[in-house]
Amino acid sequence: MWRVISTTIAIVAVTGVFARSQILLDPEGVDLSGSWAARNFTDAIGNMPGGGPRPVDYMGIPLNDIGRAWSLIHNESQVSMPERICDYYAPTYIAIGPMGLRMWPESEMLTGSTTAWMIGGWADFVPIAIWMDGRPHPSKYAAHEKSGFTTGTWEDDVLVTYTTHMEASAIRRNGVPNSDQATMTVRFSRHDNILTITARIDDPIYLTEPYYLTRSFALTRAPINPATHPCTLANEGVDAERVPHYYPGQNPFVDELTKLYGIPREAVLGGAETALPEFRKKIKDKYVRPSKCVSVPVSTCGGPGTYPPIN
Amino acid sequence: MKSNRMAASRRRAVIVTAAGLAIALVTMQDGARGQGRGQGPGNQPRSAKAAAPFDATGYWSSLVTQNWRLRMVPPARGDYIGIPISVAGKREADAWDQARDEASGNQCKAYGAPGLMNLPTHLRIAWQDDNTLRVETDYGTQTRLLHFGAWAPTEPRKRGWQGSSVALWASRRGGRGGPPSARYLRITTTDLLSGYLRKNGVPYGENASLLEYVDLFREPDGSALIVWTAVVEDAVNLEMPYIISSQFKKQPDGSAWDPTPCSAGW
Repeated sequence: MWRVISTTIAIVAVTGVFARSQILLDPEGVDLSGSWAARNFTDAIGNMPGGGPRPVDYMGIPLNDIGRAWSLIHNESQVSMPERICDYYAPTYIAIGPMGLRMWPESEMLTGSTTAWMIGGWADFVPIAIWMDGRPHPSKYAAHEKSGFTTGTWEDDVLVTYTTHMEASAIRRNGVPNSDQATMTVRFSRHDNILTITARIDDPIYLTEPYYLTRSFALTRAPINPATHPCTLANEGVDAERVPHYYPGQNPFVDELTKLYGIPREAVLGGAETALPEFRKKIKDKYVRPSKCVSVPVSTCGGPGTYPPIN
Repeated sequence: MKSNRMAASRRRAVIVTAAGLAIALVTMQDGARGQGRGQGPGNQPRSAKAAAPFDATGYWSSLVTQNWRLRMVPPARGDYIGIPISVAGKREADAWDQARDEASGNQCKAYGAPGLMNLPTHLRIAWQDDNTLRVETDYGTQTRLLHFGAWAPTEPRKRGWQGSSVALWASRRGGRGGPPSARYLRITTTDLLSGYLRKNGVPYGENASLLEYVDLFREPDGSALIVWTAVVEDAVNLEMPYIISSQFKKQPDGSAWDPTPCSAGW
């Protein structure tokens, strides 16, 4: 009798310990795998498919003088140069591009631990590997690549990624630059079937302070193809060895948003203070509300049917 | 001889039993401790304030780095980019009349909960009591009360710009078997008056629903950021859920706090 009782209790105890161990061995974080449809409402202008924002629209970006000057000499035709046709398709594109995300974990077979979270490519956007295995970032002398180098950790149940070794690219799709010294931290925060990413871009060359951007996605049953094709060079009509640009003080678009939307130039040219609510006081008497929305060059006023439904 | 063996066997059984019970008790206690978050002494539910996974109190400032011309200044009539507006919603928005709103005392229609957090504002967040988080905006001087626990709106229900909000600290893990963790704030709001999602009259109706998720991120340099994600559903005025997130940076003090009344035009 005693033997039966003691054996039973021992089994219960061992089972309890085993069950507890299983909990401890549970994968970290939450499941981010799947296809996430872009819901580009938070930055409808910046993430807009097609052309993206107007040429001189730096509002809300903490640009320093160098960053502003570099932005103003930028000519949109630069991205038609064979040498620069792929410039925008860098890790920052996850925050400024229009695309959805396809995410999946690459796991180590024996333990099931996640070696990397993968973000699939999209059109010309390079796939991103988020290394979760604790490997260090390359030496500061290592070559920078289009994909940069990204590691990730879980902070509570939020995936926090850190990207270094990027090439010079853009933080807004109108030529506002990031240097190759820039780094990017992205938080992937899942709530129910909504994924919100919060990107922080630090750039000691062009920014006065971190630049924050958010995007939201909805889980979709329609699979997003994770395949990509590398950005390839093509002739888009810009002569080789010619870099389209504007001389300082001669950008013809510098007053475009003032004419179209009544927004004063001091706002258009950006700077950290333009992102703060108190900046409104500075422009209250200068802003002229247009009588109606102006679509340039295509429908930028939105309306029914603008956004595809989620499956 | 046989009785000695039986006695020895019984002693072994007692030792094994005692050891087994001890291990079982420790295991169960450990597990119970892990699941006991949210419980106070004597199994009393802990207050929302005591159970908060992060401290959101203090002053915060919008960081308007996106959709600038649609948020920082009142956009033009007909500027609907960024909102999945329906045909019916567009019809109503096209008929928007600022003067009529001002004349009828409806200057606060763009300051209702579905659009409020995306406006350029400072926040002042404080615990009103142990189970009510108060969120104030200086832009439009609005106050949202986020009720935790078993709170329910009083009957008869009364509609308002900020509606009735029920909040809870939510776990991302759900029922997956991981350790229970309350990591973000989840808010459900009902009893809304109809209002505007944007200051140019893009409408939401009284039957719109509002679900919000609030994260607080701390940076290595000691700064903090709140990311406030809202999901607005309105079968009449929207073609699909309107999902939008807003960022707020922690302020050291209230020196930038500047209450201004609702305005239909600015």
